[in-house]
Amino acid sequence: MAIGDLALGQEQSTTALADAAKRVVNDFSIQVATVNGSGSQSANSVLLKSIFGMGVPVSGKNLFPSNIAGLPTWYTIRASKDGYVARKKYIDILIAMNPETAREDILALPSHGVAIYDESLNLKQYRDDVVCYPVPFDKITAAVCPEAKLRKLVRNMVYVGVAARLLDIDMNCVEAALKKQFAKKQKALDLNFGAVKAGADYFAEKLTKQDPFFIEHMNATSGKIVIDGNSASGLGAVFAGVTVVAWYPITPSTSVVEATIEYLRKFRVTEDGKATFAVVQAEDELAAIGMVLGAGWAGARSMTATSGPGISLMAEFSGLGYFAEIPGVIFDVQRTGPSTGMPTRTSQADLLFTAFLSHGDTKQVILLPGSVKECFEFGYAAFDLAERLQTPVFVLSDLDLGMNNWMSDPFIYPDKPLDRGKVLTAEDLTKLGGFARYKDVDGDAIGYRTLPGTDHPKAAYFTRGSGHNESAGYTEKPDEYVAVMERLARKFDTARGLVPAPILERSNSSKIGIIAYGTSHYAIAESLDDLKKAYDFDADYLRVRAYPFNDEVAEFVAAHDRIYVVEQDRDAQLASLLKLDLPADQVTKLRSILHYNGLPMDAQSVTDELVTKEGL
Amino acid sequence: MATATAPPPAGPKVNRLGLPVLEYRGSKTTLCAGCGHNAISERIIDAMYEMGVQPERLMKLSGIGCSSKSPAYFMSRSHSFNSVHGRMPSVSTGAILGNHTMLALGVSGDGDTASIGMGQFVHLLRRNLPMIYIIEDNGVYGLTKGQFSATADIGSKLKTGVINDLPPIDTCSLAIQLGATFVGRSFSGDKKQLLAMLKAAIAHKGTVMLDVISPCVTFNDHEGSTKSYKYMQEHDEPINELGFVPSFEDIEVEYDHGTTLDVRMHDGSSLRLRKIREDYDPTDKIESVKTLMEAHEKGEVLTGVFYVNTEKPSFTDLLNLVDQPLSTLPESVIRPSKEVLDKVMASLQ
Repeated sequence: MAIGDLALGQEQSTTALADAAKRVVNDFSIQVATVNGSGSQSANSVLLKSIFGMGVPVSGKNLFPSNIAGLPTWYTIRASKDGYVARKKYIDILIAMNPETAREDILALPSHGVAIYDESLNLKQYRDDVVCYPVPFDKITAAVCPEAKLRKLVRNMVYVGVAARLLDIDMNCVEAALKKQFAKKQKALDLNFGAVKAGADYFAEKLTKQDPFFIEHMNATSGKIVIDGNSASGLGAVFAGVTVVAWYPITPSTSVVEATIEYLRKFRVTEDGKATFAVVQAEDELAAIGMVLGAGWAGARSMTATSGPGISLMAEFSGLGYFAEIPGVIFDVQRTGPSTGMPTRTSQADLLFTAFLSHGDTKQVILLPGSVKECFEFGYAAFDLAERLQTPVFVLSDLDLGMNNWMSDPFIYPDKPLDRGKVLTAEDLTKLGGFARYKDVDGDAIGYRTLPGTDHPKAAYFTRGSGHNESAGYTEKPDEYVAVMERLARKFDTARGLVPAPILERSNSSKIGIIAYGTSHYAIAESLDDLKKAYDFDADYLRVRAYPFNDEVAEFVAAHDRIYVVEQDRDAQLASLLKLDLPADQVTKLRSILHYNGLPMDAQSVTDELVTKEGL
Repeated sequence: MATATAPPPAGPKVNRLGLPVLEYRGSKTTLCAGCGHNAISERIIDAMYEMGVQPERLMKLSGIGCSSKSPAYFMSRSHSFNSVHGRMPSVSTGAILGNHTMLALGVSGDGDTASIGMGQFVHLLRRNLPMIYIIEDNGVYGLTKGQFSATADIGSKLKTGVINDLPPIDTCSLAIQLGATFVGRSFSGDKKQLLAMLKAAIAHKGTVMLDVISPCVTFNDHEGSTKSYKYMQEHDEPINELGFVPSFEDIEVEYDHGTTLDVRMHDGSSLRLRKIREDYDPTDKIESVKTLMEAHEKGEVLTGVFYVNTEKPSFTDLLNLVDQPLSTLPESVIRPSKEVLDKVMASLQ
């Protein structure tokens, strides 16, 4: 994209290098440069779904500004027969619809790239090594859309038509995608399909194909779904039986709650119209997490969703949740910081802060989904873990995973019933004769709790963030305080065995290991394939999925000579957390590959680093 | 004949649930001897006992400060949550949503509410969250040894001689304007008024905001303080005399429609207000705010019930929740079926 890779523009991408005479099939990326608020989203979605409909693995990434309307925005579609979905560092086909960025956009293209643009922009003047397809968008649009005020929107469908014909996309698939997009709105469907056909016809009649890029039918998307990570998280929460949602809108987490609300309204209203849930738009993130903990204390399954600035505000309450041992689920969709940072750009830089969120000796349980499927699975597992461990559980995804559409296998219904954790009923209390809230009865460092309203004179206890003993009484006694703190540390060890285990994504008995989490996965997987092909280089690769780290992580490090920790932040936060956890003699094995410019990580960047560092 | 009547049953006096007042007590207080907060705890115990509230049906919530410690000193049989400074409103909101069948009582202080907690406080009022919110108001930070709070009156003097040069925040007029539906002020030393007010508060469904002036005997009970026992005894201006008739005590009491106002509470009980100020109508929002502002200009400390509205829906009414607490809904109700997930998956293909 222009703002990221301008300096690299004249370099050559591997695919575009291909001889123009040789067909490049189902393996390239398209970038649509438009203006925020111009209604291009539907057109981009139709283009993506048309390719998906042809059975070709495809992914879409929206690179948008923190703005309501008027600023430049880019949408990248990557078709990949091999199923790679990481951002591609180089763009093959540009659809330049934004006059303001058009020059930069075309300059960023690799040699032999392709540009579709409005003919008035005359972009040919900037590059003679790029295949140019000028199109009179306004003229074509006016002909198919008599209503002037709709032209701005319909214009976008013209480029869908041009691209469809250029790439030989099956028009039936485009029509099917349009039908899905406009559901029951026949008039809108007709108008938009008319525009698509007009664009396609223009290309067929006036332009000659001079580039190698084609989409051909495959059978790699059958049975797959397309969803964004935030919707998947919301769906997970609904299938976890969430009952209290408190939130404060913040990009890029807003759609977690919006999706949750949508699903709750659809699936969680009783026959007589009553809600089995409560949603509160709070006054700020402080209140949002306060409500989550209040509800968790009362026994409800509660959640909030936020991003960096919200996580900062939630620090104090997170410590209360840890120390008073109250369940709650916090989704953090990471964006770049520090401070406001770049609100619409992706990052993994909240990890270290969240791991120790709050003052004092605080440690938080964090789940690290790496796919939309894991957003769903961890979305419901987080609630079980929070109630089992009686502590806040954080689910850290990122903007790339949360707000972009990803192809996935369909989600599988939870195979276990809800785990509501250790809760004593009135009957239990009658049998036991009483209980001590913070006593480690079972040796797993998790006490038993009671819920307000439990009808027994011995049910109540006093919850506090101040020093307390195992009976929940106030204390300032050194030994009582230490006993609670040591039990909490042991409870964190219990968590180690309960959180999702890491996945050994690649095992080649190599001496070199890679550790990463979340969306870094896609760039790494592709990079390792590339490195194998180009240099016969192998590495083993472990994807961690939670903090505290499972014992397998230390074993993986022990089994390798060098470990590259690949992550999307400046300060090597995952590596830092690992260093705290590993034996001293293992720490020196760790080195870092870091990517933190706000754009999703791409395979080329990982490859370049590994080539340099390994001297390939 | 006295000699012929049977002796009263042995054992302590009990309430309508058969519980003695002892079952409403808490741990021994660690606040200063003579602290107004202790008197308020005593009145809470009396009100809960007399109203026959089952202790297990009450949730006690608080923030941080001397006031917020006090839930430990009453009703040990009720669950209690002493949270973080200024954040009791949000914790209460969550707890009440988690189990909206419970009675919730929050205890806060003037610092906890009017300074650090102002953001959450005003939103709690706006939502008309069904709970009793008590501010134990002494105008001073006790635990940090006596700094002014935001409810301290202008011109009020600290022990050290420092004069407060900022105007106070009037939590009562704020509460009325922002949406609380039962707003009053009392004085920790006025047993009768405070008890009646608390009993009516228990019967009300919506936000009850009670500002209870509660002198700090250690840091704010001296000459020059406007929140001292002496100052309150001299400046307390009740606007009405309170009587309360619980729904379970079917007592016919004569009252004069000219001078008495009977407010029917949610549970069928009656709050009886005998007007001291002829023109005062506690159901008139604008009038009540005007009265408070005028009194403030005159340097009076009005006490009594300033505003009551039993019509406005509470926050949990607006959410249209199922009758059962959300906390204990079974899996069959809160986890949608496999068919539902399959349908969602099909729609995403």
